[in-house]
Amino acid sequence: MVKNKGITPLAFDEMMNADSSPRQPYSTYHEWYASQDRNRLIAKSKDAENIFRKTGITFAVYGHADSSEKLIPFDLIPRIISGREWRKLAQGIEQRVIALNAFLDDIYHKQEIIRAGRVPRELIEKNVAFLPQMIGFRPPGGVYTHIVGTDIVRTGEDQFYVLEDNARTPSGVSYMLENRETMMQMFPELFHQNRVRPVENYPYLLRQSLASLAPPGCSGKPRVAVLTPGIYNSAYYEHAFLADMMGVELVEGSDLRVIDGKVKMRTTRGYEAIDVLYRRVDDDFLDPLTFRPDSALGIPGIMDVYRAGNITIANAPGTGISDDKAIYSYMPEIVEFYTGRKPLLENVPTWRCSEPQSLKYVLEHLEELVVKEVHGSGGYGMLVGPTASKKERAVFAEKLKARPTNYIAQPTLSLSTVPILVNKGIAPRHVDLRPYVLVSDKVQIIPGGLTRVALKAGSLVVNSSQGGGTKDTWVLED
Amino acid sequence: MLGRTANGLYWMFRYIERAENSARLIDAGLRMALTRSEATEGDWDGVLQSAGVRELYDEVHDTLTSIDAIDFLLRDRANPSSVMSCIEAGRHNARMVRTALTRETWEATNECYLEMKAILAKKARPTDMPEIIDTIKRRAGLIRGAFHGTMLRNEIFNFSRIGTFIERADNTARILDVKYYVLLPAVAAVGSSMDNVQWESILRSVSAHRAYGWVYDAELKPANIADFLISNGRMPRSLAYCYEKIASNLGYLEREYGERHEAHETAERTLAALRSLSITDIMDQGLHEYLEDFISQNNRLGQEISDGYRFN
Repeated sequence: MVKNKGITPLAFDEMMNADSSPRQPYSTYHEWYASQDRNRLIAKSKDAENIFRKTGITFAVYGHADSSEKLIPFDLIPRIISGREWRKLAQGIEQRVIALNAFLDDIYHKQEIIRAGRVPRELIEKNVAFLPQMIGFRPPGGVYTHIVGTDIVRTGEDQFYVLEDNARTPSGVSYMLENRETMMQMFPELFHQNRVRPVENYPYLLRQSLASLAPPGCSGKPRVAVLTPGIYNSAYYEHAFLADMMGVELVEGSDLRVIDGKVKMRTTRGYEAIDVLYRRVDDDFLDPLTFRPDSALGIPGIMDVYRAGNITIANAPGTGISDDKAIYSYMPEIVEFYTGRKPLLENVPTWRCSEPQSLKYVLEHLEELVVKEVHGSGGYGMLVGPTASKKERAVFAEKLKARPTNYIAQPTLSLSTVPILVNKGIAPRHVDLRPYVLVSDKVQIIPGGLTRVALKAGSLVVNSSQGGGTKDTWVLED
Repeated sequence: MLGRTANGLYWMFRYIERAENSARLIDAGLRMALTRSEATEGDWDGVLQSAGVRELYDEVHDTLTSIDAIDFLLRDRANPSSVMSCIEAGRHNARMVRTALTRETWEATNECYLEMKAILAKKARPTDMPEIIDTIKRRAGLIRGAFHGTMLRNEIFNFSRIGTFIERADNTARILDVKYYVLLPAVAAVGSSMDNVQWESILRSVSAHRAYGWVYDAELKPANIADFLISNGRMPRSLAYCYEKIASNLGYLEREYGERHEAHETAERTLAALRSLSITDIMDQGLHEYLEDFISQNNRLGQEISDGYRFN
C-alpha cells in the first residue's frame, strides 16, 4: 500500500523533466512554446474565453445565488499523451469496460460472482443503484453501458490508476470537442507540427454505435433521440450540442408518451416512434410508474416498452451498480473474474469503512487520506485529509463513526501535473483524465478525452463545480 | 420536428421582432420630443399605448415621465415587452431549440443577449439613447442576417417566419390603432404642423418615413399612410405583406406535410380580404373597428397554428 505523508511537492510533471528539458511527447510543442510571445498567448487566452462565451458553452452551478450560466475556464496548454502511453491505457480501459458489462449482465441474471463469494451479496442487493426491475432482462445487443467515461489519474511515468468508472451518464464530452475546436482555430500551426489523433468524429461514432443497438422491435432505420431534463439542467448545453452534432432530436419527458407499446414523441406531424433513447436523465426519474412517482422528467410506462423490446435505453437502467464507489474497491476482483486476467489498469488502493479494521485504520490516518461518500459526486461531501483543518477532520471523524458504510477512503495520490498559462509564464497544476468509450458490438475508445485541471496551486480538486478548468487532450500518432 | 421545438422557434422570433419594435417605438418617441417645441410627457403616453403597456406602466409608476417611460420600454423586467425582457425571452427560446438553429444564428442571438445585457445593466442616460437604439437594431439585423444566410429552407424556417410575421402584423395594427384618431380627417386639424409630426411618428415607428416618400410623394395624407401600412404589399411591415408571408409559409408546411389545418383557412381568408378591400372601404367601415377585428383575428390565427402543429 502506498503511504503518502501529505502532498509531495515533487509531483510527476508530464511536460518537464526534473532537469528542465521537455519530456519526449512534449518536445515539439515545447519548442513552439519557447518561441511564443507571452503577451500574445495571454491575449489568445482571452480570445478563447470569448469563443466559449459566444458559443454558449456554459454550465449551471446548483445552489449558486446567481443562477446564470458559468464558463469552465479553459487553459490553452495542451495535455499530451504519446501513442505508446495511450495504447497501454486503451487496453486497460477496454478490459475494464468489458468486465463492467459482463458484471452487469451477471448480477442481473445468474449472480455467479456473488455465489463465488467474490462480491458480498448485501453490497449488491441493498444498494440503491441496484434495480430489481432489471433482473432477468437483457438489453438489446447485451450492452449495458453504451457510453463510459473512465476517470484516470497518473502518478508517474508508467503509473496510471482508475479513479472512477462513470458508467451511468458521463458528461463532459462536449468540452473535449469544443476544446479541440478552439485550439485548432487559435493555433492551426500546432496541428501541422504535431500529429494529433482526431476526436471530432465522436458524434458520428456515437450515433452509429447507438443505432447499431436498436431494439428487436425496430424495423427500418433506427430513430435516435437525446433525452434531457431540460434547459435548467447543468449539462443542458452538452445535451443540445450532442443532439445537434448527431443530427437527432433533443427531447424532454413532456414530449414523449407511450402509445401502442412504443415510445413516441409529439411532433408537428403527430406522434412518431423513437427506437433508441440516449437519456441524460437519472434512473430514478426515468419512469414515474416504476421509479420515483413524482418525476416530471421521465416517461410513464417506458420501462414496460423497454422490457418488451421496443426501445433501447442508453445507458441501460441499473448500470449505476457497477460504478458505485462501494463496488469500486472490488473492481480488481471483478475484472479478473470475468476476463480471466489481472487488471491491466490499477485501482487506487481503497479502504472500505464498512469493514471495522479498515475503519480503524482510516480514523487513525485521516490526515493522509481522502474520504469520499459512497454515493457522492462532484467533489461534494468529501474530506481531503492533508489540506483539511484539525477541526474539519474531527467533525468528519464523527460522521464516519456514525455511518461507516457510507464512506470509502483512499490515499492522497500525488497526481501528475501539466503546466497552465499564468500571468508570469507557466506553472504546474494537478490534472486527471476522462477518456470516452463507446460500446456496441465493439469497444471504441476515443483517442483523447477531457483533461480536468485544478487551477489553484497545490489543489487536487479538479471538478468544474469547484473551480477546476479543462485542457485540450492530445494523443499523438507514433 | 417536435411540437415543442416549433413552439420555441415561433416564440423566439416573435420576441426578437418585438424587441426591435419596442426599440423603434422608443426611437419615434425620442424623435417627437426633439422636433417639437412643446414636447410633453403626454407624447410618451401614446408610445406606451402603442407598445400595449400603458396600464402596466401605471402599476409600476405613479407619474408619467419620459425618463421612466424610456426605462420601462427599454429594460424593465416587469414589462414583458421591454427590449431586455424580449431579448432574454428570445434567447431563452433559442437555447431551448438550439438543435434547430445553425451555429451562426444561435451565436448571433447569444451575442445580442450578452451585449444588450451589458449595455442595459444600468439605467440609460438620455445622451446614450441613440447609440443604444442603434445597437439593438444592428444586433437584431445580425440575427436576421445569420438566419437568412445559413438556415435551410425547411419547416424550421417556416415556423420561425410565421412567428416573425404574426408578431409584426400585431405590432403594426396596434400602432395604427392607437394613432387612428390622428388619421381621421374629421377629428384632426388637417395640415397643422402638429399633425404632421404625429403622422410622421407613425411612419417612424415602423421605419417607413423614407419609404413613404418614394411611394406617395412627400405629402403626408391620412388615407395614404393607412394604405401604406395596411394594404401595400411592397411595404415589409404592412398587414398585407405580413399575411403574404404567413400564408406562403403555411403553404410550404401544407405541401410538405400533406395536411391542412384551420389556420390555413384563416390566413388565406385574411389575405384575400387585405387584397380586395380598398383603404376607402376600410375608412368607411371605421378604421378602429377594422383594426380591432384584425388584431383579434391575428391572435386567433396564432392559436390555430399552435393547435394544428401541436405546440403544447
